[in-house]
Amino acid sequence: MYHKEKSIQIKNSASALYNNLGVLRIAPRRLTYFTVVHANVVNMVSASWDGLNYSHRQLQSKEPNVATSTSLIMQAAFCVLPSRDLLVVTSQKGIQMYESDGSIMVYWHALDTPETPTAQAVFARGISAVWENYICVGVSSGAILVFDVPSKGSNITLSEVVEEHKEPITDIASECSGSQECIADMVSADDGGNLCVWKSGEEFQLLNKIPGFDMSCSSVKLWKGTVAAGYGTGQIRLYEAVTGILHVEINAHARWIYSLDIAPFSGLLLSAAEDSLVRVWHLTLTPETNTVEVAHLHNECVTDTQICGAKFCDGDGYAFAVTGYDLSEIIRYTQT
Amino acid sequence: MSMRTLPLVFINLGGEMLYILDQRLQAQNTSEDNSEKGMWSENDRKRVMNDIVGTMFSKSFMDELLKPQQLYSHRTMKTVLTRLAHTSIMRLNPASMDRLYELMVMAFKYQVFLCPRPKDLLLISYNHIDTIREFVKDTPAVLNQVEETHRKIIEVYSSLSEGEFQLLRQTLLIFFQDLHVRVSLFLKNKVQNPNGRFALGTSGPVPYKTDVPGLIRAFDRKGREVRRHEFPTGGSYSSPLRVGSFDLHGDRVIRLGLNIYSMNHLEETHTSKAPTVKQTDNTPNLLAKEELNLLARLMGSMKAEHTPNTETVFRINLFTTDAEEEEAGASGGTEESLFGVINIQAMQDEQAATELARIAGQFMEQDEPVENPSSSKGDDLLAMMDDLS
Repeated sequence: MYHKEKSIQIKNSASALYNNLGVLRIAPRRLTYFTVVHANVVNMVSASWDGLNYSHRQLQSKEPNVATSTSLIMQAAFCVLPSRDLLVVTSQKGIQMYESDGSIMVYWHALDTPETPTAQAVFARGISAVWENYICVGVSSGAILVFDVPSKGSNITLSEVVEEHKEPITDIASECSGSQECIADMVSADDGGNLCVWKSGEEFQLLNKIPGFDMSCSSVKLWKGTVAAGYGTGQIRLYEAVTGILHVEINAHARWIYSLDIAPFSGLLLSAAEDSLVRVWHLTLTPETNTVEVAHLHNECVTDTQICGAKFCDGDGYAFAVTGYDLSEIIRYTQT
Repeated sequence: MSMRTLPLVFINLGGEMLYILDQRLQAQNTSEDNSEKGMWSENDRKRVMNDIVGTMFSKSFMDELLKPQQLYSHRTMKTVLTRLAHTSIMRLNPASMDRLYELMVMAFKYQVFLCPRPKDLLLISYNHIDTIREFVKDTPAVLNQVEETHRKIIEVYSSLSEGEFQLLRQTLLIFFQDLHVRVSLFLKNKVQNPNGRFALGTSGPVPYKTDVPGLIRAFDRKGREVRRHEFPTGGSYSSPLRVGSFDLHGDRVIRLGLNIYSMNHLEETHTSKAPTVKQTDNTPNLLAKEELNLLARLMGSMKAEHTPNTETVFRINLFTTDAEEEEAGASGGTEESLFGVINIQAMQDEQAATELARIAGQFMEQDEPVENPSSSKGDDLLAMMDDLS
């Protein structure tokens, strides 16, 4: 179904972090941006579609002052809003927002870090663009910071801090189907496996809370009102967002899942885990019966590699890219 | 990232160091040519183990480690581990220490990489502690320290969630990133590939609490299962093994962290860097103030019980002949002497300066003539003090 293409070499290897691959497709310029986190650096590659041009850039985590040691980056992700695209980078010290090509930093938000270190680690993790003008970022305390983003310029403001989760946020996703009918437009996940479903607005509204089972949910996606959640047990669960009803449970992987992605136009689901496997599934939603069906389509094994990032490169799922711990390349697959 | 890595790092890296030293000291006894090496008696070996374990598991050192703090650079870790090793009557030259550190780190990297589920990191640590207990079982004072530390670790770590353990593991994996030194024992056992990467199988038991992959289950709106079907996994997995014991004593079940060297008494364990992989050290030459403070605190907290001023020290080589060792030394092991890399121009803080001066003073008191005076630790530290003023 898929075959391997030529890999893209990156300057550093990927770190073992959840959802460690960012992809932004820029159709008018016929190129795709990729981001991969390595310790305190974000490796950015701009790849032209004809495969002839690659340009690289590295972004460092921002340090508050020289005396402190380097701050590790937890995640880098592209946020696509109607008016602009931004690259958001979260670290132990704060949140940086760049223009999507990484050229200029437009915003910096420092996290409250205690004077003397506490046993609880402090960091930001979980990034998503929501609705038309919000970027939501999760924090290790369980809070979610909601930023209001103007259509241009750097006048980004912290609009709200939502505190519902009690454990560190792992991932945040917004409704990606483009459908206006969906009631819920954001889902957040935490280290206890708890999921919160939200409606965005001037004040974000909690629509539902789906309890976890003491196992971290490392990656989450929201599509046509269905939540797809990947867990440390290797399970994928599909829930109806607003009601919390469990549609499907897949014993998908033998190790911790690190990344999930959905191709919104085709309903393809991509899962990747520490067990070195990437799996492609197909989701079928039947609105009349309110059911979801899952079919397994394809497996790819990246030998001896614990995968940390996997994303579709386009809305149909025609191609996908994969990163792995200690690997200095982005592996690509396209449909045969 | 995680603020609780240090105790586990030292227990596991320190444990690996003891395994290797124990094996090498025994190998020295069985070598044909004893003339240059000096005989290591059973007592000498026990003394070395007791000295190192005693310092590593001392209350003051462990208390420093247990404070919430970041995991710093390899340079700091290597410095402290060298000091630990030298609290015994044994002396390792820089080339030996470099090789020893590589071996320790690759062994621990392997264990962390293959750890079935994040919480099993504790079982790996307990395997190390169990074996260390065996090394010092004839010395009640030291054994007691090990038991106390084990209790402390159980107290601190037992309540951590799987998510917190995974964060800890991710922090360790970043620390080990890009290290692909090939270890002959791992290559032989096929756990490591010729390119330096570890083998990750797609078969065997799944971790505790994970279900064997392959099943898709669909439910109706009332939660009843309405359909189940299977999918090809591309692997051959089996049910989890029973859970290991997280108590002071018990069957840990997991084999990671056990002494692999004890099964290979006479075999040399060589390391070689994978030729194609370039190891770039991105850490700046200046240690940040925070890291220097940690180094000062850790060094200060190590109280050596013995001051072997009048006794001879024993040199230990990790290589078969002195010639090989010199070769290794020339090829890059001693490019930067262990302490020369600590450039303290960054340090403005007077308090940190006095602390380091005090430690340098300690070195001077306890130091005995080393056969290579140009790399004497005391001299280097003093030289750095001079640079400051």
